[in-house]
Amino acid sequence: MRWVAVWRRNFLVWRKLLAASVLTNLADPLIMLFGLGYGLGGLLPSVQGMSYIAFFAAGTLCSATMFTASFEAMFSGFSRMHGQKTWDGMLYAPLVIDDVVAGEIAWAASKAWLSGSTILAVAAVAGLAGSPLALLALPAAFLVGLAFAAVGIIMTVLARNWDFFSFYMTLVMTPMTMISGVFFPAEQLPVPVLAVAQALPLYHGVQLVRPLVAGRWPQDVPLHVGVLLGYAAAGYFVALHFARKRFTA
Amino acid sequence: MSVLACRGVCKRYGGVAVVDDVALQVAPGECFGLLGPNGAGKTTTLRLCLGLTHADAGEIELLGEPVPARARQARRRVGVVPQFDNLDPDFTVAENLLVYGRYFGLAAADIAARLPALLELAGLAGRAGSRIDALSGGMKRRLTLARALVNEPQLVFMDEPTTGLDPQARHLIWERLRRLTHEGRTLVLTTHFMEEAERLCHRLAIMDRGRVIAEGSPGGLIAAHIEPHVVEVYGDALDAWLAPARTLAARIERAGDTAYLYATDPAPILAALHGRPGLSYRHRPATLEDVFLKLTGRDLRD
Repeated sequence: MRWVAVWRRNFLVWRKLLAASVLTNLADPLIMLFGLGYGLGGLLPSVQGMSYIAFFAAGTLCSATMFTASFEAMFSGFSRMHGQKTWDGMLYAPLVIDDVVAGEIAWAASKAWLSGSTILAVAAVAGLAGSPLALLALPAAFLVGLAFAAVGIIMTVLARNWDFFSFYMTLVMTPMTMISGVFFPAEQLPVPVLAVAQALPLYHGVQLVRPLVAGRWPQDVPLHVGVLLGYAAAGYFVALHFARKRFTA
Repeated sequence: MSVLACRGVCKRYGGVAVVDDVALQVAPGECFGLLGPNGAGKTTTLRLCLGLTHADAGEIELLGEPVPARARQARRRVGVVPQFDNLDPDFTVAENLLVYGRYFGLAAADIAARLPALLELAGLAGRAGSRIDALSGGMKRRLTLARALVNEPQLVFMDEPTTGLDPQARHLIWERLRRLTHEGRTLVLTTHFMEEAERLCHRLAIMDRGRVIAEGSPGGLIAAHIEPHVVEVYGDALDAWLAPARTLAARIERAGDTAYLYATDPAPILAALHGRPGLSYRHRPATLEDVFLKLTGRDLRD
């Protein structure tokens, strides 16, 4: 549990910069949600038996969680690792790189979870998530956060400079958002594209969260949870491998 | 019983031996200096001793714990002042100490109890709430030192503790470091300020190209490696004067327009210089810097 000290360090910074942090994390997804949801939603009768904005709210919850986890793990993480040398300071103490990686992943997942849950709260207030089942979207969002935090930290410990992240953002995250059922049902995609989406974590997050927000029990829960946990665990071990190489070589 | 002991330690990067068969022994309560030009392997040696980098060969024991196997346990009782400050810019002075103490598993109340003494030591009493970017370079350095002491370490590693500081700030750090040794703590510092090493260190090792090339007390190294008197001579008439004067000195080094004459008895040299037009000179006792330059050469290291 030594990683908790790492988590608490990041939490304290977040608490001090609360206003700016919350604003930047939430303004974007909420503007998208209500802008696209009402604007585009007005043109559509319904999607999968729900209003477009309700459909899109679940997708936004997942994509905002993904983006928050990834940004925190990559950009803020790289700044702590490389620019500020905060990780070096931790490693002089009785912490090892495993603790730092675990603490960073847990922190990025926590911050992402907060983004997801705030969007859920806004959706509930707007009458888009009325069922008690919607509360189970909270642990689901944490799993999404964990998966993307772990993958994000891999990118961080591999990165030599900031530009490195734009490859992952442009080539992986943006297309993944398009094909994972955030904006429209993934099932309408060509089969090979759908297969790609199904191999990626965001799709499984959406498959869990959307029915829960709508008040229905999702299908194939063990599969979706398993994929998200699998990405989190595999991401942790891969990140650890490269972090050890980078720090103790 | 030594606080730090290593032998046969090697570390290679890309086929180049950065640390090559290094052996060191540091006794409790000692201030031990690691001297060397840039790139001599001082920082890598510190990192190896802390278990932050793993050696390719050799044995290291830190506070009785084998490194790297149990380096984490050893680091509970070790403080580190890195070469470049890495204080948390988002935190105040006090928060930096609090958060750092938590990395050692210390309770907030225990850290808070140590805070006044740490701030006093850092010369930052009354600055607990200051932001890091409001501190001068010397203040940051002292706060980094206080941070390294948050866990009451037996041994403190310092990588170039006063590089980049003005003389006032440097003297204050020296005074604090002497205070630490008086408290019975062991210090291991790297430096390339010979004055710093001479003033602070009981014993030191000179490193060059990854190897320890000399070891001993500052006075002992001077006595063992160099003549006790140095006469520095410069001026337009230097070459003409130097040719016949060569036999007066045990050893002569030439750097640019200055000749360094090393001698056990300086009287003949001073007599030969007396009243010579076109020459200036300075007679001084030999210092550690002379030993250092003799052993590591005058070539630039970049």
